[in-house]
Amino acid sequence: MAKELWKGNEAIAEAALRAGVEAYFGYPITPQTELLEYMAREIPNYEGRVFLQAESELAAINMVYGAACGGARTMTSSSSPGVSLMMEGLSYIAGTEVPIVLVDIMRGGPGLGNIQPSQGDYFQMTKSLGHGDYHAIVLAPSTVQEAVDLTYEAFALAEAYRTVVVILADGAIGQMMEPVELPEPRPVMTEAARPSWALRGAKGRERRVLSSLYMGSERLEQLNLRLQERLREAEAREQRWEEVMTDDADILIVAFGTVGRICKTVVKAARNQGLKAGLFRPISLWPFPEERLQALASSVDQVLVVEMNAGQMLLDVRAAVAGRAPVHFLGRLGGVVPLPDEIGQEIDKLASMAAGNGVQVTPAVKTGANGAAPVTEIATGPEV
Amino acid sequence: MTFLPDGIAASGIDGADLVYERPAALSDVPTHYCPGCTHGLIHRLIAEVIDELQIRERTLCVAPVGCAVFAYTYFNVDGCEAAHGRAPAMATGLKRIQPDKIVFTYQGDGDLAAIGTNEIIHAANRGEKLTVIFVNNANYGMTGGQMAPTTLAGMVTTSSPYGRDVSSVGQPMRVAELIAALPGTAYVVRRSVHNVANIRKTKAAIKTAFQVQMEGLGLSLVEVLSSCPTNWRLKPADALRWIEDEMVPVFPIGDYRVADQVVPLTRRRSSRRNGK
Ligand SMILES: Cc1ncc(C[n+]2csc(CCOP(=O)(O)OP(=O)(O)O)c2C)c(N)n1
Ligand code: SF4
Repeated sequence: MAKELWKGNEAIAEAALRAGVEAYFGYPITPQTELLEYMAREIPNYEGRVFLQAESELAAINMVYGAACGGARTMTSSSSPGVSLMMEGLSYIAGTEVPIVLVDIMRGGPGLGNIQPSQGDYFQMTKSLGHGDYHAIVLAPSTVQEAVDLTYEAFALAEAYRTVVVILADGAIGQMMEPVELPEPRPVMTEAARPSWALRGAKGRERRVLSSLYMGSERLEQLNLRLQERLREAEAREQRWEEVMTDDADILIVAFGTVGRICKTVVKAARNQGLKAGLFRPISLWPFPEERLQALASSVDQVLVVEMNAGQMLLDVRAAVAGRAPVHFLGRLGGVVPLPDEIGQEIDKLASMAAGNGVQVTPAVKTGANGAAPVTEIATGPEV
Repeated sequence: MTFLPDGIAASGIDGADLVYERPAALSDVPTHYCPGCTHGLIHRLIAEVIDELQIRERTLCVAPVGCAVFAYTYFNVDGCEAAHGRAPAMATGLKRIQPDKIVFTYQGDGDLAAIGTNEIIHAANRGEKLTVIFVNNANYGMTGGQMAPTTLAGMVTTSSPYGRDVSSVGQPMRVAELIAALPGTAYVVRRSVHNVANIRKTKAAIKTAFQVQMEGLGLSLVEVLSSCPTNWRLKPADALRWIEDEMVPVFPIGDYRVADQVVPLTRRRSSRRNGK
């Protein structure tokens, strides 16, 4: 199929439709609104599929929850402040073990923040998604094509693990236009293919109940153990990442999503200057691809984590590297996207540090390129 | 289905003599409600209506957070559990993907009139084809009798220990009147279960509410004044009297919205009754 030029948000919506999504419920928020608008425009062309603009994100996620209990392939999308409102519903969805897909096109925070691309929801999506003990599978695309492919696949993953699958992108990916190849449309679920737990009316069978309420602690522990078992399976099977020139790298950059893609440019530029840089780009943020990162950390001199937040994935990288190499960090906040030059300078600094005898211990504070607020520490010295 | 517990079988009553049996839409499990609480009675009325309309196999129940949190256990239909107040949104999702099903929510006053006000107002305004059974017992039962939006002026609860002060926390919220003002509703009424005559009228209203949904006319809501002897600190019989003496004057029993297309549904029944 020929490639076509698509805007990120609309491409994600089309990919979901091709994946057989039957119901979409959402609420407008920049920079994801085109996704909702695309659904509003296109879903009426498909018989039997449902689009509804909810009165709030709180309602949207609960509509998704209801449709999912009915066994429908269903999704919602939002951006950071809206996703915060969905936390309650996500926890109930996890506790009830129904599959859904959530697209979070992150923007700058906290609070109302701004509408610029950010990666500030990393903790929320990978660590603290609503109350209780659970994780969602979190996938972070760095191009529109990847967003399409991951969205298309997300429904199958959600159904296989009976869990929430999050497509975690940011305003840059939502808003940019790129050539993409769209997947073949998949048919919607037939009545016979509905999951055995779906609420379709107790016709000729025992009634079915879907609930996350377990008054006895031992029964609730059983649910939690079941959830944990499925999460362990996902950890074993769903770790995804991309590597660029890591074979002989001395400096390993770790970055995801939009910054991951910028860092590709940086790696190539560094190589042209004779610096052996490589990129490790986690695609699944949960499960975090820690085994492969650990192996790579043993063969590099330095690790540089670059994020559009104050160092959230940094903690996962540190845990995976576990002292095998020093871990440094560069982050831009508030919706600022770091430029290749800025990251390049950081690499130069690390390279010259390594050329002098190894480790500089004084932490430095870096000032933003535009002379604005200080950005982040450059954590140096061996990590333990 | 004939419900013949061992005791009745042993007493020599056979199926033919039975005039009162467990509705098929009610599960054969004991409920957890306090003695004298009318939640169980309202459950039974709903179950009888589901049986009479022969919709058990296509009815879906959305349970609330509140004393009726286990409602899905008591109704012998497919059921699920909503987050506190979100039942109308969840029911919207269920119904939109299965328009051929009958979906009802069962909600308390804390659930529907406090945390879930937004969800019920918008579901009603959209005219979702849902049936809402709204149980008003003037307090939060499950959490131990705190003030609800429906708590009467001056009423002492655990969180209004000096009596509800309407100048600072507002007047009791009249849900039926409020929801009836929204054009998406087809049938909104208030009933009570404090005596036999009112129980019968409540059942008739619940039946109409389900029929309204079956005909796809819009949202139907039956507010039911219900007792909470435990938190009101009253004996069950006194609690029923308290509904009549204290609640009914503030929450008048009546029809607040009966859309034109619904009128024939109510007439059909009364003319049948008259013809008997
Ligand atoms: C988000 C959330 N907030 C608070 C609670 C605690 N809670 C449980 S039941 C309830 C009140 C229920 O009262 P009502 O809806 O009037 O029903 P009743 O128990 O009187 O039948 C509350 C506040 C909860 N479960 N979830
Ligand atoms: S606390 Fe009140 S509403 Fe709840 S079961 Fe007991 S009597 Fe009924």
